[in-house]
Amino acid sequence: MNDTGKAYFLKILNAGFRLDDRKSDEFRKLKIIRGCSKTAEGSAELFLGETHVIAGVKFSIEVPFPDTPDEGVLMVNVEQSPVASPEFEEGPPTIEAIELSRVVDRGLRESKAIDLKGLCITPGEKVWSVSVDIVTLNDDGNLLDACGLAALAALQDARFPKVVDGKPDYHELTEEKLVLSELPIPVTVYKYGESLIIDPLHEEEVLADARLTVTTLSSGEICALQKGFDGTLSIDSIDKMIELSLKKSKELRSELKKELN
Amino acid sequence: MSYDKRVDGRGFDELRKMEAKVGVIPRADGSAYFSMGGTSAYAAVYGPRQTYPKFLQDPSKGVLRCHYAMMPFSGAGDRVRPGPNRRAKEISLVTTNALLPAIDLHEFPNAIVDVFISLPETDAGSRCAGICAASLALADAGIPMTELVGAVAVGRVDDKVVVDLCYDEEAYEEGEVADIPVAMLYNKGEISLLQMDGKISKDMLLEALERAKKALTFIHDVQVKALKERFKQVENIE
Repeated sequence: MNDTGKAYFLKILNAGFRLDDRKSDEFRKLKIIRGCSKTAEGSAELFLGETHVIAGVKFSIEVPFPDTPDEGVLMVNVEQSPVASPEFEEGPPTIEAIELSRVVDRGLRESKAIDLKGLCITPGEKVWSVSVDIVTLNDDGNLLDACGLAALAALQDARFPKVVDGKPDYHELTEEKLVLSELPIPVTVYKYGESLIIDPLHEEEVLADARLTVTTLSSGEICALQKGFDGTLSIDSIDKMIELSLKKSKELRSELKKELN
Repeated sequence: MSYDKRVDGRGFDELRKMEAKVGVIPRADGSAYFSMGGTSAYAAVYGPRQTYPKFLQDPSKGVLRCHYAMMPFSGAGDRVRPGPNRRAKEISLVTTNALLPAIDLHEFPNAIVDVFISLPETDAGSRCAGICAASLALADAGIPMTELVGAVAVGRVDDKVVVDLCYDEEAYEEGEVADIPVAMLYNKGEISLLQMDGKISKDMLLEALERAKKALTFIHDVQVKALKERFKQVENIE
């Protein structure tokens, strides 16, 4: 995008309008397809408009960490696959990809949605390890929320594999589902001058002054925060951003619960 | 012993269920999805674009570079660590070689065409599904090409020649197995990918290649149909 285009888009955004005529607090159409990967123990494909990601859950049996001998292991990883954007490259994860992974991880971990003690098989010897991998397929903005929601959808779909001779038999899944006691919903609010929007398109996202990812629980409590980009936020705008995130999280939470029996 | 019935009940020449879609990744210059049975592949084409690292530049023509990557949860067993390993690098190379004879990059000196292949689930034949998807994605991106490329694995399970092996057949333990991924330029009838592991006689191999040629006509139909579907979408918009 050239400078004239940028200035024009910024004018639109600062005036509180969107590039695709949405309202400032309107998400794009959310579509979730669970069970899209038969090799994963749980999986989900998630679309937010044209943003498209796939999340998969793999279980394994591991030796616990020495400082938490009676707790299972949770690992969350986002891969900015070069399939998804001309800006993503193959090779070791960029700083942006690491931030993305960690913000998704933090929301899930700090919510304590997964009872890690419940994943212990034999204290000090054997625990379940749960790996959630999220791979981007098309980046049309707001990967933060898309990846966080996809991780939840895949975890809701996950079933433990059968254990044969102390090893998981991935060909046979049991009926035992992974229990999620909470659905920590990330909603990232983007700031342009004094106006706030959520779920930006790629073209909108790159122009933001600052963003704030707010991950909230059904009680209204906040379990993770991340301020992003180099702009600053006033306490007043943080108040508004959290308010907006809380409002949206309720809708997204019920969307995630839909279709689940 | 004889392999009388395939593990999934298919006929010996029968392909698994296929699905192809073109234009699935809006940000890419060209893209496609191709699945056969429990193996599915996305392919995205970016380019022709500037070549990095620069030493790869070729002043006489553009360069094709394919990247094959399994998603971490796409293996039949344990989680696959992300990032390229030796296997992925080799498959990336043979995929590039399989597609190159069908495309012409002389119009794009010094530029590169990147093809990224990503697999959400695999049940054998992943490089073949990747090649089928990549060929469609290159066509979608408007890269000059003489024809489409298709790929399928053929092989031997015990005493039978089989087409489109699934994972349980590759892992068959009661007799010898040979797994032979084949890619072909349809019109020329020339083979652009050929690998094998396992044991097979020359006669059986040649029979397997004939069967691959026949099977590929079906894959070609699926690819052409998906491409036509994509053009239909464009017509509707106009």
